[in-house]
Amino acid sequence: MIYEMFLMNGYGLYVWSAFAFTILSFLSLYLVIKIQYVKEKNKFIAKFGTLNSEKAAYAKSQSINRQILSNTSRI
Amino acid sequence: MFKHFEPNKIFSITVKAPKYVLLLFVIILSIGLTEALILSPEDYKQSHSVRIMYVHVPSAWISLGIFSSITFFSVIGYIFKIRNFFLISKSLAPSGLVFSIIALVTGSIWGKPTWGTWWAWDARITSMLILVLFYLIYLVAWRIYEKDEKVFKVTTIITILGIINVPIIKYSVDWWNTLHQPASINILSKSTIHTSMLFPLLIMTAAFALFSLLIFLMKYNTELIKIKNKGLDRL
Repeated sequence: MIYEMFLMNGYGLYVWSAFAFTILSFLSLYLVIKIQYVKEKNKFIAKFGTLNSEKAAYAKSQSINRQILSNTSRI
Repeated sequence: MFKHFEPNKIFSITVKAPKYVLLLFVIILSIGLTEALILSPEDYKQSHSVRIMYVHVPSAWISLGIFSSITFFSVIGYIFKIRNFFLISKSLAPSGLVFSIIALVTGSIWGKPTWGTWWAWDARITSMLILVLFYLIYLVAWRIYEKDEKVFKVTTIITILGIINVPIIKYSVDWWNTLHQPASINILSKSTIHTSMLFPLLIMTAAFALFSLLIFLMKYNTELIKIKNKGLDRL
């Protein structure tokens, strides 16, 4: 039965390759966007570390900056 | 009304949402794949090759929907000078591009056993290829132009030109003799697709929509952090 499911009356190659292409595209896009996100976040944290206490306090007064630093999401 | 869309107000949501959207996407996609590959019946004419529909059609629908949304946000953003709408448009584009490429490639794979060819300069396929080109031009414009005013203007023009192509894609099967069959699913009239095939199609569409939402949220957060990085440089 499993063998038949893979063969699909001779259409298996077409069906599986279409689904595989879709899933691979999803994975690639997810990884590219994730890498960009982590890169920008690390850049932000590194830049924040170089600020003096006065500038750091001012930057921290903005809620978005606080949330980026709080590392709330791992995605 | 537009004040509700300010990044400061929505960032707390957009930064936490991706993990829940990812979880939901994995669950819905698993159900969709089981339905599409195992449980749904084969077609009496196309046999098992009809299963390609479950990735091809949702991809095409979503790529068209995303381009329409990009145009809407760009035009409204340009008229009312809402910078955040351009960020939303820019964040939507990567998933739109990928979905339009998936629609083209899976359509080509489906074409071989159905029509006996990988590619034909058919009205639907050609107009879909033009959509891919518009997505590419749109994304390249964001890379080329650095000044906000310029990039907002150029990308809005690109989307206005590109949106002309969207109804052409939709109605190409009615306006011209093409290899594609007319639409099987109609909102206003009775659909000709059987519920045993419609159900997996709708589940896969929901899964793909969740994936585009996930990518949008991640890209939007990245763009906001990019802006905040520039803000730190100015301190």
